[in-house]
Amino acid sequence: MSTSENPPEPAVLCRGVRKAFGGTTAVDGLDLRVERGEVFGLLGPNGAGKTTTIRMITTLLPTEPGSITVLGHDVARDRIGVRRLLGYVPQQLSADATLTGRENVALFARLFDVPRRVRREKVAEVLAAMDLTEAADRPAKTYSGGMVRRLELAQALVSTPQLLVLDEPTVGLDPVARDGVWDRIAATRAETGMTVLVTTHAMQEADEHCDRIALMHRGRVRALGTPAALKDGIGTLDDVFRHHTGDDLEQGGISDVRSARRTAGRLG
Amino acid sequence: MSAALAAPQAGWAESWWAPVRVFLSRIATMCLVELQKLRHDRTELVTRAVQPALWLLVFGNVFTAIHAIPTGNVPYLDFLAPGILAQSALFIAIFYGIQIIWERDAGVLSKLLVTPTPRVAMVAAKAFAAGIRAVAQAVVVLALALVLGVSLTANPLKWLGVVAALMLGSAIFCCLSIAIAGLVLSRDRLMGIGQAITMPLFFASNALYPVALMPTWLQWVNHVNPLSYEVEALRGLMIGEPARLGLCFAVLLGAAALMISLASAVLPRLTR
Repeated sequence: MSTSENPPEPAVLCRGVRKAFGGTTAVDGLDLRVERGEVFGLLGPNGAGKTTTIRMITTLLPTEPGSITVLGHDVARDRIGVRRLLGYVPQQLSADATLTGRENVALFARLFDVPRRVRREKVAEVLAAMDLTEAADRPAKTYSGGMVRRLELAQALVSTPQLLVLDEPTVGLDPVARDGVWDRIAATRAETGMTVLVTTHAMQEADEHCDRIALMHRGRVRALGTPAALKDGIGTLDDVFRHHTGDDLEQGGISDVRSARRTAGRLG
Repeated sequence: MSAALAAPQAGWAESWWAPVRVFLSRIATMCLVELQKLRHDRTELVTRAVQPALWLLVFGNVFTAIHAIPTGNVPYLDFLAPGILAQSALFIAIFYGIQIIWERDAGVLSKLLVTPTPRVAMVAAKAFAAGIRAVAQAVVVLALALVLGVSLTANPLKWLGVVAALMLGSAIFCCLSIAIAGLVLSRDRLMGIGQAITMPLFFASNALYPVALMPTWLQWVNHVNPLSYEVEALRGLMIGEPARLGLCFAVLLGAAALMISLASAVLPRLTR
C-alpha cells in the first residue's frame, strides 16, 4: 500500500509506556510492536495491564511518559486521526439494548462519517457478514450474548478500520458463540487485511487464533513470539506463562469478577 | 494538512467548516438516536408525564381555586404551565447526565469516545439529545395543559422559540449533571446530588410564583438561575406574558456554551 521507500509503519508501536493509578503501576515500561496484518494477542491474567494498554492505544488515556503510534500516527498528537483508523470493541457488552441491531450499527457509521450514499449499504453489508441480517431489525435486548458480540463487531467494522482492537472479546460466551466470534474476525481479516489486536486471558484461544502473542504480567511483556515458538520445549501456554512469571493465572481482584459478571448478566 | 498548504484559500474555508460540520453532524446523530430510542420505548414518555401532570392537576388547580398566588390577569394554571414544562425538562436533563455514569460502566462511553469526534462535540451532542427527550416530553405535558383549558399561543414561530428554549435549558442541566458525574464518578452519589440540586433550582426560580413575591435573597438566587430565564422565555412565548426574550436567550446560549465546555473538560475523568 505504502508508496514511500521506507518500510511501512507498524500497526502499533509502543515505546517506554508507563501508567500508574495512584500507587498502583498498571503498565511499567512497555515496548511493543504489532506488525500490519497480523492477529496479535495481548495475553495475561486480570490486572496484568492489558486493558490499560488498550485504553492508551485507543486514545482514552494519556500516553506520557513514552509514546505510542498507530500506523504512523502519534496517539498523543493526532487523536482524531488515530481514531479514524480504529475499530474498538470494549470488554463490556456495550451495544444499546433499546436500539435495533441496524440502528446500533448505523449510529457508528454516522459517527465515523461513512458517506451518506453508501451508509445504508455498508450497514447491511457488515450485518450480513456478522450473520445478523435476520435479527437486524429486532431490539438488541432480544439478542443472545454471542449475537451482541457479533453486533459490536459489526459496529466496529462498519468504518472499515485498519486496526481492530478487541478487549476480551469472548469473555462470558459459551464455546459455540466464542467460535462464532473468532470465525467472523478471521473472515473479515482475510478479506480486508486489517490488523487485529486482541487481549485475552484464555490461553487456548490465544494459541488457536493469534499469529503472535505477548505475555503480559504486572505491566510488562515477559515473553513474545508465535504460539509455537513460545511453547517450544515448555508445554502448553499455561506452562509458558508459569515459566516466565513463576505465577499462576489465578489473579485479579473483586472488581474484575464483578465487572465480568455484570457483563455476563446484562442483556442476557 | 498538506492539501491546505497547496490551496490556502480552499484550505482556509475547509479549516473552519470541517469542525463545524463534525460538530453539527454529531449533534444530529445523537438526536436521531434519541428519537429512535423514544420510538422503541413510548411508555417512558407516559410514566415520566405523571409527575408534571400531578403538578398541573393538583397543585395548579388547588392554587388557582384558593387564589393563593397573585398572577395579575393571568389564571394561575396558565402561569404555572410553562414553569412545569421547564421543570419536567430539568428533571429529564439531570437524569440524562446521570445516565452517563451507566454508559461509562457499560463501556458505551469509551466506544463513543474512540470515534473521530472531539469531546466537546460529543458532550454537545449528548446535551441536545437530552433536549430532544425534553421536547418529546413537553408535547405530552402541553396536551394535558390544553385539556385543562390553558390558553396557549397558536403562533408557530413562538412554538419554534419554545423548542429552542427547552433544548437550551436541557443542554445546560444535562451538562451540569455530566460535570458533576465527572467529579463524583459514582451513580449513587450522583443520584443524591441530582436530587439535592433539582429541587432548589426549581424552587429558587420563577416556575411556581412571580419573582416579585420572593424574599430579596431568593430574588438574587433567581437572577443567576438559568431555569428562571428558561421559564421567563417559555412564559413569554406560550402565554404572552411580558418577557425579556433577548436577554433570556442570550443567558441560555451563554450558559449552554459555558456548561458544554465545563462538561467536556471533566469528561476525560470518566474514561480513566
